[in-house]
Amino acid sequence: MISLERLHAGDSGSVAVMEGGHRLVSRLAALGFTPGALVTVVRNHGHGPIIVSVRGAQIALGRGEAGRIMVHQKKERV
Amino acid sequence: MTHTHSDSDPSSVPISHSRVVDAEDQRAIVVALAGQPNVGKSTIFNLLTGLSQHVGNWPGKTVEQKTGSCVHAGHRLRMVDLPGTYSLTANSVEERVARDFIIRDSPDVVVAIVDAAIPERSLYLLAELLLLPAPVVLVLNMMDVAEQEGIQIEPQVLQAALGIPVIPMVATKRDGLERMLDAIVAVADRSFPYAPRRPTILPDHQEVLSRLIALLASHVPDPYPPEWVALKLLEGDEGVWELFREVAPEAIIDEAYAMLRQHEDAVLDVAGARYAWIGRMIRAAVVRPRVGQVGLTSRLDTVLTHPLWGVLALIGILGVVFALTYAIGIPLQEWLDGLFGGFAESLQDALLRVGTPAWIPSLISDGLIGGVGMVVTFAPILVIFFATLGVLEDTGYLARAAYVMDRFMHLMGLHGKSFLPLLLGFGCNVPAVLGSRIIESRRSRLLTILLAPLVPCAAQLAVLTVLGAALFRDAAGVVVWSLVSLNLVVLAGLGWLLNQFVLKGEQTAFIMELPLYHLPNLRTIALYVYRNLIAFLQKAGSVILIASLVVWVLSYFPSAGDVSQSFIAVFGRALEPLGSTMGLPWPFIVALITSFVAKENTIATLGVLYGDLGPALPALLSAPAALAFLVVQMLFVPCVATVAVMKQESHSWKWTLIGTGILLVVSLTTGVLVYQIGTGLLGG
Repeated sequence: MISLERLHAGDSGSVAVMEGGHRLVSRLAALGFTPGALVTVVRNHGHGPIIVSVRGAQIALGRGEAGRIMVHQKKERV
Repeated sequence: MTHTHSDSDPSSVPISHSRVVDAEDQRAIVVALAGQPNVGKSTIFNLLTGLSQHVGNWPGKTVEQKTGSCVHAGHRLRMVDLPGTYSLTANSVEERVARDFIIRDSPDVVVAIVDAAIPERSLYLLAELLLLPAPVVLVLNMMDVAEQEGIQIEPQVLQAALGIPVIPMVATKRDGLERMLDAIVAVADRSFPYAPRRPTILPDHQEVLSRLIALLASHVPDPYPPEWVALKLLEGDEGVWELFREVAPEAIIDEAYAMLRQHEDAVLDVAGARYAWIGRMIRAAVVRPRVGQVGLTSRLDTVLTHPLWGVLALIGILGVVFALTYAIGIPLQEWLDGLFGGFAESLQDALLRVGTPAWIPSLISDGLIGGVGMVVTFAPILVIFFATLGVLEDTGYLARAAYVMDRFMHLMGLHGKSFLPLLLGFGCNVPAVLGSRIIESRRSRLLTILLAPLVPCAAQLAVLTVLGAALFRDAAGVVVWSLVSLNLVVLAGLGWLLNQFVLKGEQTAFIMELPLYHLPNLRTIALYVYRNLIAFLQKAGSVILIASLVVWVLSYFPSAGDVSQSFIAVFGRALEPLGSTMGLPWPFIVALITSFVAKENTIATLGVLYGDLGPALPALLSAPAALAFLVVQMLFVPCVATVAVMKQESHSWKWTLIGTGILLVVSLTTGVLVYQIGTGLLGG
């Protein structure tokens, strides 16, 4: 498992666990971050917010939020 | 009865059709429009209701409520635009408002508007809406954007899968509106065989859900369906928990609490099951683009969200916005100014000729027309500014601007979303403060409200340009540029300090959707301009009118029009010691005080007190004093209209006064420092 924050642009993974308060988890879940959902990192510069693609939508996430989403990384790059 | 709901499905909710509309009945069909932000909901609402719409607030909430009506096939439809939401949990006020309306006011039809370009994600709201006791019509908006991104949807296939009407639409081209209205009427008069498939929850939690429903069946407040309450409790919904706790007996609450404690993870399962349901519903109806096909959005975003190019692009785009605003707006403003001035003058002459007492013409031309007219002359500048921002907003670009600014906003403990209201502040601080509503956390919203007045508004920039040119002539460009930069530096510094020492708190989550780019729609932009302009003009019509009358009284009496002997002059002279620390004669202090009514007043007051400004000003002030004056006027307390909305939006006189007080202290201190250091350097 690796946090979304540490994936590079182009990497993808399926959501495994989300850490954090109930409010955050519930918000993320509504946006499509549920266990098993495929997430692809679109932008990650190592600082500042990252952009991911999940369920067809592009979502900007602060690093803090991205760090709380743990994924199983997919081997092949998309 | 064509509605089906199996008893084995614990999350299904019977549809109540207690308010049936038939042809004889003249009662309107109540239609609620639901949808996520950026889905074109407002466009559809505006197309349907046009001028019949009424904008207000939801009772007791700072959330905008829009209602309107239209007629279709002999039926009157009363449309209620629900706030834009991604889901119906208690995560935000908007979500509570939306679901409470559907449950308590039981509309005849709910229209779920979803983004056809992101069907999977945007159908989540539908999955929640179908659990509420009102029939739903699904609208797939932005079919053109979907096509542009290579996504194909077959609405009939989706309709067959869902069992509810599914209408494809391109609202910006008015395509699909008639079919949607037909479907609304067909559902309301039950001629459509409405038989929705509803999402169920995973087997892991089915048992606990059934037990929960049985437990609280007779302990939920009236219009709330027990099945829905139970499901929301399982999702950990705070709002529903409060509701339940108010009515249920203690023993039941304890038992429910114990059950919920064991299933704290259910929220993810419930959401996951909804997405699994969506997957089944769209499997046959949606064809995705081939892997590797790059849509327009991805291509534009390679530049516009790049950490370097994105920032440069933002600077360039805002440069164009300001250039357009001032190139077109300033001449218009001057023309209007002349128009009002001429009108006031001829009115004054006419009144004097008919022999009214001398104070009446002065009250009308200086107090009324002078005060409000000057504010109104800024309308063209604001229209152009808000129109250009409206284009950027409607294409989806502003979300990218918020994204690239996020890094910088973090210095102040804010995140990218706060950039958007602050940007509005360059037009007028009033919509900037109102715009802070998009920020979720109360702390960040308050901080944004407190900082917004430091963004120089159109009126302040106009004053700066005029006085800068008069006082500094050739160096005016540098001075204007430095002072605008100073404001932004003070904004960042004050934000940092407040975040570090006063409004301490957890960094709030930055989660923001970046919508797909699409062509802007004229009506949507017109509405954006109208809303922001009205916010400005309404204040001009009320608060500023009253305040400018007060200033007129103070500057007219007791000396019958001789300003230099009036109350305000007495007051200004009393403050002369303060002025002298900045090298400023009393009229400049008076000018600052009147700028509290409206920032434009600075010039008008100096004009009244000194006559023609151009030649007179440089002789009155030393260079450090002139600079100090401009610094103070740029950082000074916000105008009365801004203070009024700061109070309204923060719900707190305390914070309004703190914010205003800080600016008073900061502006005067900086002014004194600039003058003293400047004099020291020049003198020494």
